[in-house]
Amino acid sequence: MSQDVKDDDQLLLENLAKSEYKYGFFSDIEQEFAPKGLSEEIVRFISMKKKEPEFMLKWRLKAYHHWLTMKEPKWQKVNFPKIDYQDAYYYAAPVDKPGPKNLNEVDPDILSIYEKLGIPLNEQKKLQGIAVDAVLDSVSVATTFKDKLNEAGIIFCPISEAVHSHPELVEKYLGSVVPHTDNYFAALNSAVFSDGSFVYIPKGVRCPMELSTYFRINASNTGQFERTLIIAEEGSYVSYLEGCTAPMRDENQLHAAVVELIAHKNAEIKYSTVQNWYPGDKEGKGGIYNFVTKRGICEGANSKISWTQVETGSSITWKYPSCILKGDNSIGEFYSVAMTNNYQQADTGTKMIHIGKNTKSRIVSKGISAGFSENSYRGLVKITKNASKARNFSQCDSLLLGDKCGAHTFPYLEIQNQSATVEHEATTSKISEDIIFYLNQRGISTEDAVALIVNGYAKEVLNQLPMEFAVEAQKLLAISLEGSVG
Amino acid sequence: MALIEIKNLKANIYGNEILHGLNLTINPGEIHAIMGPNGSGKSTLASVLAGKEEFEVTEGTVTFEGHDLLDMSPEDRARAGVFLAFQYPVEIPGVSNANFLKTAINEIRKYRKQDPLDAMDFLQMMKERAKLVEIDSTFLSRSVNVGFSGGEKKKNEIFQMAMLEPKFAVLDETDSGLDIDAMKVVANGVNKLKTDDNAFLIITHYQRLLDYIIPDYVHVLSEGRIIKSGGKELAYELEERGYDWVKAEAIA
Repeated sequence: MSQDVKDDDQLLLENLAKSEYKYGFFSDIEQEFAPKGLSEEIVRFISMKKKEPEFMLKWRLKAYHHWLTMKEPKWQKVNFPKIDYQDAYYYAAPVDKPGPKNLNEVDPDILSIYEKLGIPLNEQKKLQGIAVDAVLDSVSVATTFKDKLNEAGIIFCPISEAVHSHPELVEKYLGSVVPHTDNYFAALNSAVFSDGSFVYIPKGVRCPMELSTYFRINASNTGQFERTLIIAEEGSYVSYLEGCTAPMRDENQLHAAVVELIAHKNAEIKYSTVQNWYPGDKEGKGGIYNFVTKRGICEGANSKISWTQVETGSSITWKYPSCILKGDNSIGEFYSVAMTNNYQQADTGTKMIHIGKNTKSRIVSKGISAGFSENSYRGLVKITKNASKARNFSQCDSLLLGDKCGAHTFPYLEIQNQSATVEHEATTSKISEDIIFYLNQRGISTEDAVALIVNGYAKEVLNQLPMEFAVEAQKLLAISLEGSVG
Repeated sequence: MALIEIKNLKANIYGNEILHGLNLTINPGEIHAIMGPNGSGKSTLASVLAGKEEFEVTEGTVTFEGHDLLDMSPEDRARAGVFLAFQYPVEIPGVSNANFLKTAINEIRKYRKQDPLDAMDFLQMMKERAKLVEIDSTFLSRSVNVGFSGGEKKKNEIFQMAMLEPKFAVLDETDSGLDIDAMKVVANGVNKLKTDDNAFLIITHYQRLLDYIIPDYVHVLSEGRIIKSGGKELAYELEERGYDWVKAEAIA
């Protein structure tokens, strides 16, 4: 009997796999292909392929033409060879090398990381781009989630879908927080963005779940120019989780994502990121350039936006999740752990722009540098002239492991209202030999001791993450440090 | 068999020899006290036994339960059952006592091929042992030693000792800076933890701790050697007469 059931399941799986093949990627190969390079034609091609409405094409083209007039910024404290923008694919780039056929073909180092993170086999395969026969579990889980969200009136879909299903929302909000004129990479993203997430929380709705599990299952192939737009209507709440602790296979070196958040009156958006893109090897070869623009606006009174990020991956991380505190009494928060090892470079921080009265912001940044890496905090606190009684508290700590790495802090203050209160604290410390010995003497190895110390140091930030993710992030910090001490 | 046997131990730090050939044998069930003036090498002995890297052993052996202790890493010594109550316990921000101890206990259990303690058993054990050293259980969720008074830090050392159940514990001037009440708590902890199978080495400047922890043997350490050994009455004699007469006796 059980044998029969199994056979039925097997048949079902095979059918599913076949049908997917037929309607899915088979036909994709011929059609969804754009040649290397960037031109107005390519932008048009992308928009056409996505069957976008006219307003999107215009929007993309405007961004493209503006991008042509711009120059790559040079002020950041990171070094990388010149990027040839004409030598990249901008639409459904066919992978240069065929993906691995099974896990035996995957780098054992990466597999051991999966092991340590406790990632299930199917998910490992998916992360490495191996075709999974049928992911029945995740499909059903995803469907359940979707039903639940629909009931609450929440829209959560790929942004490419939202362009068709809710063009009025996309047209109204896309680029409203990060206009294409904002910076070089935002302009590039606006012209060629591939896909990303769209979230709309209606008035008075508390999103009943972290928008994370679902996302994680569907996260693959959002591409190198990801675009995310989250709108929280009056009195609503959403917690959104981006990224994955597991390193994902990726052929694209440059990642230039844009994330925009809009919080209306009394709304709250919590946005958490765990970034673990390929950091390059021990000699600093390879690795992802992660050049991201993330910004939220507290549009209405009493609204709140909170960014939490754990950045351990990428060879270069360059991003400043920011808050524009426009509504009176609105609150902006930024909690960050940025860890760099080997030859990684990170230049990250935030901007808190106080416009409304009684606006408050809080910045907690914890940098951890090891190996030959460079880790910079760069943050702006701006109090505009009408932002009376605005308050900011910033704490920027740096922890150094070893003496070949660097930690830098660049705080910028612009205060145009004398009733503001701004506090800044900064510390730099080294990991103490005495603490390590103390932990050794209690039976804890040096590697585990460093992990304990680092997790303790980053605790204030890790505490901001949703519970499950916090545990994964702790493991991730420990793994990212392996080999950096001793 | 002796629990720990130290033979002709010579050790230096940054080229300065501090221990000049120290001999000491401790059997299970014994409490030994080492007294001596400042700079005699008491804390060096503690550090060498625990395996602190800065100290270089140039001669001699230390055998712990038949194994070469000096050949083991600091963490393996701890896992094998050597415990040092530090003279200056460190503060570890963001790491709770509970998390720290759970990590430590499970490392030790792993070494002894035991299953890890589950959270409930661990919590139970922690509450029990906290009572033993009269510490408030709220302190278990606080970061290790952060914001603790001197007395609390020392009590925490004894608490950790109670949790880790070492076979051989070295108390490095645990009594220094303690008021009489805190000292009683520390002594009480040691007395309750003492069994026929474990042993303690109490390093102290003053006799007063030995009013509460009765040692089987008292040794006088001077210039990196044990120059006199005796029973508990030796401690009183030292308190009364100082160290000079012992030194004079040793030279003669």
